[in-house]
Amino acid sequence: MESGNHLPHVEPTEEQEPDNLGFGFPVFLMSESVVFLSFFVTYTILRLTNKPWFPPGVDGLDVTRGAINTLVLVTSSGAIILAEKALHRGEMKLFRLLWLATISLGIVFLFGQAAEWAGMPFGLDAGSAGGTFFLLTGFHGLHVFTGVCLLLYMYWRSLQPHNFDGGHEGVTAIALFWHFVDVIWIILFILLYLWPVN
Amino acid sequence: MTNQPTASVPFQRPWHDYLKFSTDHKVIGIQYLLMSFCFFLVAGLLAMIIRAELLTPQLDVVDRSLYNGLFTLHGTIMIFLWIFPANVGLANYLIPLMIGAKDVAFPVLNAIAFWLMPVVGVLLIGSFFLPTGAAQAGWWSYPPVSIQNPSGNFINGEFLWLLAVATSGVSSIMGGVNFVTTVWKLRAPGLTLLKMPVYVWTILSAQILQLFCLPALTGGAVMLLFDLSFGTTFFDPFNQGNPIIYQHLFWFYSHPAVYVMALPAFGVFSEILPVFARKPLFGYKTVAISSFLIAIQGTFVWVHHMFTSATPNWMRMFFMASTMLIAVPTGIKVLAWTATVWRGSLRLKTPMLFCLGGILMFLFAGITGIMLASAPFDLHVNNTYFVVGHFHYVVFGTVTMAIYGAIYFWFPKMTGRMYNEAWGKLHFALTFIGANLNFFPMHPIGLQGMLRRISSYDPEYTAWNVVASLGAFLLGMSTLPFIANMVASAFQGRRVGNNPWNSLGLEWTTPSPPPEENFEVIPTITVEPYGYDRPVDLTTEVTT
Ligand code: HEM
Ligand SMILES: [Cu+2]
Repeated sequence: MESGNHLPHVEPTEEQEPDNLGFGFPVFLMSESVVFLSFFVTYTILRLTNKPWFPPGVDGLDVTRGAINTLVLVTSSGAIILAEKALHRGEMKLFRLLWLATISLGIVFLFGQAAEWAGMPFGLDAGSAGGTFFLLTGFHGLHVFTGVCLLLYMYWRSLQPHNFDGGHEGVTAIALFWHFVDVIWIILFILLYLWPVN
Repeated sequence: MTNQPTASVPFQRPWHDYLKFSTDHKVIGIQYLLMSFCFFLVAGLLAMIIRAELLTPQLDVVDRSLYNGLFTLHGTIMIFLWIFPANVGLANYLIPLMIGAKDVAFPVLNAIAFWLMPVVGVLLIGSFFLPTGAAQAGWWSYPPVSIQNPSGNFINGEFLWLLAVATSGVSSIMGGVNFVTTVWKLRAPGLTLLKMPVYVWTILSAQILQLFCLPALTGGAVMLLFDLSFGTTFFDPFNQGNPIIYQHLFWFYSHPAVYVMALPAFGVFSEILPVFARKPLFGYKTVAISSFLIAIQGTFVWVHHMFTSATPNWMRMFFMASTMLIAVPTGIKVLAWTATVWRGSLRLKTPMLFCLGGILMFLFAGITGIMLASAPFDLHVNNTYFVVGHFHYVVFGTVTMAIYGAIYFWFPKMTGRMYNEAWGKLHFALTFIGANLNFFPMHPIGLQGMLRRISSYDPEYTAWNVVASLGAFLLGMSTLPFIANMVASAFQGRRVGNNPWNSLGLEWTTPSPPPEENFEVIPTITVEPYGYDRPVDLTTEVTT
């Protein structure tokens, strides 16, 4: 009965580690998208039931500015796709270049967002329009910021020799995150900026 | 007690290992259980103060705002710091062992998720010591009550409450990602979905539910925090806001949350009954899959908590029907458990007693649940003690009983030692009697119209309230034999072999307690679980 306790500890033969990150990270993103969904739903209900929506003297958001920001983010998503392709072909130089381009576009986006916030004619406490605008763009901006940090970290890792020998799970996960942030922005752009004022 | 010879049980860790950061799922599992039990005692203490106040119709023990704080934190701590983490602790300990894995998929994430929970506890309990007192808006924290902030202080009870709920949410999401990935990616060779023990099915279903519904509450809590502290008006009806949206976000999570709590209990029943009835689980595949059905259906019933929240009639009818439908997969499980013990050779050991008691109380809760699902009836008893009675039969009568049963059942696995059976039975008797004395009276007084969350009441309700309070004090006492038994048995209990119950579960094939990385050789699984009808060697049966 006791004998099982004294069996020698055998190391199993080295097997291929399962790709946990490749499964777990998309699961996390799906979960995270529900937070955004809760904000989008709240925004939509409030907007449908409140007329006029914007505070007195304001007629809508700056669509041009929003469109430029959208363009920046979509381009960066394209850059990261190319970066991944370069990595798979083993072209490390090109990979780093495209990776840096993605980072720069992310930073440009953040500056664009900050400029828009600074010039906003209403604040966080300006009823439902104020609250939802700053909450949605702020929460999304936080994700862009996190994304930029992750991208920078991965850039630093790419400079370490042999770092990608074991696979590219980290790169794939960060790229996925970046696309996620991009898609959320597009929905946000449509809901916040393109919704007709009246 | 610290210089007990620990070497007598191989792989046993010194007790102070459980106070340190560790990434071993078995250590984390026990850490969760120990921590959550401490919070259970705290929340139980709050409940006894509440019940002391309710012994008499007048307000005589505490003042009104403290009373509000007591029931708010009682509910919040019980749910977020007892039921959830205790379930997570069991799952942490058991899942890798049951699926034949060396550890979980993300051990570091798992450890961080655990260490966030004491922070939640400090935030919640600490809020009692603020000048503003603890949060007072009930565990659901409905606006506009919750966004009043009469004190004007930035740091107030409600603020800490929101921080705590958000932190616990982050921890739960980390846990969810970890569990789902573990079950999906780390199963031993041959362990197909339809060979997994039902407990694994219930954890997988519950954690998927958690992952997709909890973020709605997180979103709601963030907006509530902004309303409370930063001048937004999402839920402020006087400034373009809409408090009903919060109710939807809250219940979109918190109804599924009741299944996140209950599904693991269903899993525990399904593991323990066959062992003590020496029969295969009746309808294994149906029971396994109905866990998942419950999870899916559980996502579409939340408005039954809002029948009285200006909900339009078409919505009431839809959610009334969907709620009643959920009784189908749930009923399947109860039938399967009944069929499993039917004509079995029952061994009424403590874990089995807790399971049978838990199933009985769940049956009662299911019946009152169906009653509540009927909108016309609910309009009458909503916000009365009837609802409180209903959910205490589930969260205490079912889930807490299941957790107790699970702790007794897997105690020899975790420690290599046996608990004391007589003390276990005493604990069961006190718990079962105390629970029914405490929670049954809530139904008749609820039907008579006694509202919940009030500190003084009409004298006609006194008699039942006295019974309930006596039951509560009995429940408080019932923890004493449990604590004594666990502490004494963990250090001095009789040593038993690896599989004292003659269970066929994979976790019992490892040494007790299991070594680091659990299995010397990763097993290959070829058969369905619960093959108690196959000839097995029962000669090593240990009597206690
Ligand atoms: C057949 C199963 C069930 C049905 C049909 C059912 C139905 C209901 C209904 C209609 C309500 C709303 C009553 C009201 O607020 O007026 C309710 C409340 C509640 N139920 Fe259930 N229930 C079931 C099982 C469960 C389970 C398994 C749990 C927990 C693990 C649970 C926990 C709760 C809680 C916590 C509340 C009240 C929350 C509150 O108002 O603070 N129920 N149930
Ligand atoms: Cu519900």
